[in-house]
Amino acid sequence: MYGYGGSILRVNLTSGEIRREPLPQDLARDYLGARGFGAYLLYREVPPGAAPRGPENRLYISAGPLSGLLVAGAGKCDITTKSPLTGGYAGASVGGLLSAELKYAGIDVIAIEGRAPRPTYLYIDDDRVELRDATAYWGKGSLTTEKALKEALGESFQIATIGPAGESGVAYACISHDFGRQAGRGGVGAVMGAKNLKAVAVRGTRSIPVAQLERYRELARAMYAACKAAPGLEAWQKYGTAGVTTWANEIGAFPTRNFRSGFFEDHSNLSGETMRSTIVVTDKACFGCPSPCGKYSFVRKYGVRVEGPEYETTALIGGNCALSDIEDVAYANHVCDELGLDTISAGNAVAFAIECYEHGIISKADTGGLELRFGDVDVVCALLRQIAAREGLGAVLGLGVRHAAATFGRGSEAFAMQVKGMEMSGYESRHAPSMLLSYMTCDVGAHHNRSWAITYDITRGRDAVTPDKAAKVIELQHIRPLFDCLGACRLQWVELGLDLGHYAPIVEAITGLPRTWDDLLTISERVWNLTRLYWFREVPGFGRAWDAPPPRTYLEPVETGPTAGKRISREDAERLLDMYYEQRGWDHDGRPTPAKLAQLGLAAL
Amino acid sequence: MHLHAESARCSGCRACQLACSLHLFGENNPKKSALAIVPHFPDPGTFEVRVCTQCGACADACPTGAILQNEHGAYYINAGECTGCLTCVEACPEQVIFTHADREAPFMCDACGDCIAVCGMDVLSLR
Ligand code: SF4
Ligand code: SF4
Repeated sequence: MYGYGGSILRVNLTSGEIRREPLPQDLARDYLGARGFGAYLLYREVPPGAAPRGPENRLYISAGPLSGLLVAGAGKCDITTKSPLTGGYAGASVGGLLSAELKYAGIDVIAIEGRAPRPTYLYIDDDRVELRDATAYWGKGSLTTEKALKEALGESFQIATIGPAGESGVAYACISHDFGRQAGRGGVGAVMGAKNLKAVAVRGTRSIPVAQLERYRELARAMYAACKAAPGLEAWQKYGTAGVTTWANEIGAFPTRNFRSGFFEDHSNLSGETMRSTIVVTDKACFGCPSPCGKYSFVRKYGVRVEGPEYETTALIGGNCALSDIEDVAYANHVCDELGLDTISAGNAVAFAIECYEHGIISKADTGGLELRFGDVDVVCALLRQIAAREGLGAVLGLGVRHAAATFGRGSEAFAMQVKGMEMSGYESRHAPSMLLSYMTCDVGAHHNRSWAITYDITRGRDAVTPDKAAKVIELQHIRPLFDCLGACRLQWVELGLDLGHYAPIVEAITGLPRTWDDLLTISERVWNLTRLYWFREVPGFGRAWDAPPPRTYLEPVETGPTAGKRISREDAERLLDMYYEQRGWDHDGRPTPAKLAQLGLAAL
Repeated sequence: MHLHAESARCSGCRACQLACSLHLFGENNPKKSALAIVPHFPDPGTFEVRVCTQCGACADACPTGAILQNEHGAYYINAGECTGCLTCVEACPEQVIFTHADREAPFMCDACGDCIAVCGMDVLSLR
């Protein structure tokens, strides 16, 4: 099959059985790749009501039709599973070189089920696929494990691994790859840990066939030329996502002290400029990316190296825990990476605990004698280690802030910054209704990647609660996750302004299947509705209440900074949902209507 | 003319390798490219780019005289004359003559410059 690896690799860890199936043509036609494959297979194959940590849950590691091709940013890999953090759909994206390598090994999807009897890693060298003993790596950090596996197998193997947090079952443990790239969100690493699967190592040496070779080469050349000519290229290459930090503070969107504020008084210490001039040593890209956002840093104060911190980490570990030294943030980033913790959820969990401590909801008796306060890197790192080990306070915090608030009670639910059980990423949104709606309706929980609409709030008016805001969120929720189906990065479009017109023709030239941009968007909408159906199927009573924003956003105004005094009313949040559901063709409870499902070819589900 | 690489600027994306395999063989396959991207991670965290300097050591070493120069003065391996002895691979001081299970003859950079156009970091140039 042109443009695809051509197979699904099925691995049963319980029985040790491994087999390859040809990739079904209609799966490629209707679900495109990567995120689309994961969502479809999860819905069809994982039995309803499966325990996320049980052997019947599956982990899907999938490439898209653009992965490994000469396309700007063609290095994204999707990891889908039933989330131990939320109990619903989890689809996490990781960059680096993994999806490209899978394709060169002739694989589009690795579908992993069961539970290995002992620590195991999956070894793939083209057609040679084995389950190998990983006892020697169990307990080791993600960076340490990746290095050790590369030394044992060879530099040309690409590694995805979990750290101690995945082993201990932290509900937001990530899967790490390429010394600093993570499939961060939703606890995909905990599912791997529950399966006793420490790592996946893959090497492929085959060529990916392309339908229209000369057309493809021409389109690829044009795409790279456009990226290289983009006015935004230089700044993006220099700062990557860290360039957002200053702007986020200027607009009052920088999460600070558990989202009490959208402005951090010491933000200039954390800016992209500060970072570049003090710690960055190398620009680091995903496969095929001309505009690397990866900034690899040496943190002198601690003698460690880390990829990052990228914006989300600076926001949630920096501002949200009030760390005001970029080297401290970078060090805590390194600690998270080695432990295998998602920095976004972990930063939220730490800030939430500190606020609980400030209010007297928890005390030294709960923290193992630790005095919790904002702005203290030792406190942050001590909590991160407790979380990864699931010891002390970490036993509770490691299951996420929704669980921690339910455990601690006493009003802490109001400032547990989560939607659907997933902690909120780096945009304080009380004065940005479409960004808040993005968080409310994102299909994994409070994450920004499906719709980053805050710029729309700024151009359109930050107070406006109008139907066009819902329309914008829906538009973005189709375009952005489409990149996750293609197995490519969206940032060349978002940050360099690469014209979206580049994509459909090159998809067509590669796969040989006629596709317009609208065809691709329809697939993306199909996947969006499918993940919504999954939530309804898996979570008892699921509906509108699961799309509610964290109470802090409507109960308390922003404390300081440019958005001080602002909040959204509960009524406005509900009005946004009404507009959104109506435009999506969903009913009042947020369930896709039969007519919508029929239109998308999902009626049978 | 030969390819020159400014390793310190490289971000490890491997677009150059794909452009190379597309030029040499019309295939998408970084393992069939004639330049090497060597990551040194986690320490010190740098990429090393190894490219052909057109020094000619391979041509001197080849026992059958299969390595010739094209119209830009770049060396290439005439697969018809190559016996697959891999003497050139050993002789190359830059380790940039490559082999692949699909092919009997090794392959090397012919200084086409296709990699330069896709490198976003301006690492590569023809000199
Ligand atoms: S912009 Fe960043 S995330 Fe996207 S492909 Fe480039 S390096 Fe990867
Ligand atoms: S294209 Fe440029 S940045 Fe990318 S690997 Fe090659 S030399 Fe390095």
